[in-house]
Amino acid sequence: MTIIPNQNPLFQKIEQVRRRQGKVRDTHINLAHGSGGKAMRDLIDDVFVKTFDNPILSQLEDQATFDLANLSQYGNRLAFTTDSYVVDPLFFPGSDIGELAINGTINDLAVSGAKPLYLTCSMILEEGLPVETLRRVVSSMQKAAQKAGVQIVTGDTKVVNRGCADKLFINTAGIGMIAPGIDISPRNIQPGDVVIINGEIGNHGTAILIARGELALETDIESDCQPLHELVAEIIKVCPEIHAMRDATRGGLATVLNEFALTANVGIRINENAIPIREEVNGVCEILGLEPLYLANEGKLVIVAPPEKADLILSTMQSHPTGKQASIIGEIIPTPPGIVLLKTAFGAERIIDMLVGDQLPRIC
Amino acid sequence: MKYVDEFRNPEKAQALQKEIQKLSQQIDKHIKIMEVCGGHTHAIFKYGIEELLPDNIELIHGPGCPVCVMPKGRIDDAIALCQNPNIIFTTFGDAMRVPGAKTSLLQAKAQGADIRMVYSPLDSLKIAKENPNKEIVFFGLGFETTAPSTAFTILQAAAENITNFSMFSNHVLVIPALQALLENPDLQLDGFVGPGHVSMVIGTEPYEFISQEYHKPIVISGFEPLDIFQSIWMLLKQIVENRCQVENQYNRLVEPAGNKNALTAINQVFTVREKFAWRGLGEIPNSGFKIREEYAQFDAEVKFTIPNLQVADHKACQCGEILKGVLKPWQCKVFGTACTPETPIGTCMVSSEGACAAYYKYGRLSTMAKRDKSGVSTAPLSV
Repeated sequence: MTIIPNQNPLFQKIEQVRRRQGKVRDTHINLAHGSGGKAMRDLIDDVFVKTFDNPILSQLEDQATFDLANLSQYGNRLAFTTDSYVVDPLFFPGSDIGELAINGTINDLAVSGAKPLYLTCSMILEEGLPVETLRRVVSSMQKAAQKAGVQIVTGDTKVVNRGCADKLFINTAGIGMIAPGIDISPRNIQPGDVVIINGEIGNHGTAILIARGELALETDIESDCQPLHELVAEIIKVCPEIHAMRDATRGGLATVLNEFALTANVGIRINENAIPIREEVNGVCEILGLEPLYLANEGKLVIVAPPEKADLILSTMQSHPTGKQASIIGEIIPTPPGIVLLKTAFGAERIIDMLVGDQLPRIC
Repeated sequence: MKYVDEFRNPEKAQALQKEIQKLSQQIDKHIKIMEVCGGHTHAIFKYGIEELLPDNIELIHGPGCPVCVMPKGRIDDAIALCQNPNIIFTTFGDAMRVPGAKTSLLQAKAQGADIRMVYSPLDSLKIAKENPNKEIVFFGLGFETTAPSTAFTILQAAAENITNFSMFSNHVLVIPALQALLENPDLQLDGFVGPGHVSMVIGTEPYEFISQEYHKPIVISGFEPLDIFQSIWMLLKQIVENRCQVENQYNRLVEPAGNKNALTAINQVFTVREKFAWRGLGEIPNSGFKIREEYAQFDAEVKFTIPNLQVADHKACQCGEILKGVLKPWQCKVFGTACTPETPIGTCMVSSEGACAAYYKYGRLSTMAKRDKSGVSTAPLSV
């Protein structure tokens, strides 16, 4: 039997209401928001599509599709990355998990020299999460994406039982395009190269430690969460032959330098006096017996560049808002291969090793 | 940082270095100085102080890291406590990775035990109040430095009548350990850099026996680089002037009679154990604190059945010799090969205050050369 469309005005009205863009009326996320049914569709429409608002996402396909000709105007190589964000607390001085997820993925693309273009957003929500919290996070993601000129074009939402996740986890993936002739990799590092950083280390790690509220400490330290792709673009303009570049996130500056040293099989000597560190970060580290070189950052760029370009890169960085405090912190040396050395303020040298496990506070 | 940067001034350090150099030239023998405290060991390596001393001045890294001297059996006892599903076990972070016979607290946590890291024993009381149906056990460890804070916590628990809190006491005393070291004929020391934090509590008077009975100079020292340089200079000055005294470099915080309030709290809550086993050093008489009978309700050893395990150290581990200063970490057969911070065999490689961890982390490059010269095998041992 063929169903004939009903011309009855009431039926028409019902259909109109049924097809109206959904609205989340619950105050807290419940399992229905992940069930695949009407509640989930409403959540996607009301929270994600409305906020991220772009033509690719609005099609609500299972995938985002791109015109290759459009992509290729930015370069000839595609950069593709993914990362997950599980930070606790969700909101902390200077930033939040949403902004972190966008900037983190942008930075992972940027350090390859890519222009970041499109991101995905996958959410794992714990049953009971206030919808208002989700809205704040999503709005923060959109602000960060807009500021950086990228679009969130596809995503996924899952809701898990209370206790099976900690409030809210975000996974993002991103694609960007790399211009011809750019080849940034630690394999290119040469003895004689200089090591440059764009500013103070350890602010994010310290802000999170304090925000957890387990320590009876108060500081005005804020996370350094920021996108770095504009700074990278400026650097590439003046030095397309840049050797290596990485954002120092978890594991901090020490981990990035160790990875560089091991990959290129060279030594790295950094100068303790040249590394920008806030007094408060040093203070918190003193109290807890931690090492700022291993603290996480969310807006710090470590660059290895040929020495003849060092001054030009430095002045370029210093004239950009995200690189004002840029400084040369060290040099690449031929030996000892694979080892990072720190020249202390007293002129002695010691190893800066890979971190084993987490940094744990000492008892005395 | 106010009150910190002043003690890290490179120019002042250079001036002290020159003075140390001058004094060392007046001494025509090799001088061995032991820094007792793990905090000093850590600072010495972090700032590269050893590298800046004259060749005839050698630093021996003593048994002052409370995590390093924790016997395996006590870690296993702690892990046994954690297996009780009704217990939330709380501890300072640096005890988490210390290996027991088979596993560490970190591994026990991953396997499901409810173990929580705290920054202060008072945090355990908070957890106790928030979890009235659970038993909260705090892993009390450390020298006299941390004993007052755990004593105050027990006094606080008593005052607030908190019945679901207890402590597994592994506190140790520094003086009996020093006495045991001084009795050891293997160890030929010329002086001590005395522990600053412990001395804030016990004062300088308890060290008098070192100069009077054993005729060794000792300088109680702070933890900043200039403190350590100055303490070494003061020790060398005593040696040159043929004096043996207890001197106090850390007088900005250490009083000769110590901290009365802290000592009162310790004495109120703790009594001295007849003997306590130290990792690598064996049993030392009167060297540990246990909770007094009056506070037995807060004593995990009374409240719960603890296996009281005696576990021998690994046969390849030479932590004992390292803690006594008889061997340098790089002279241990397994240093940096079978025993690394990732796969520690002994505690000296675990704690950031341990001599082996400090050598490995900060100084393995320069010490490798010494190791090669000394002829110790660098081949990994199977363990």
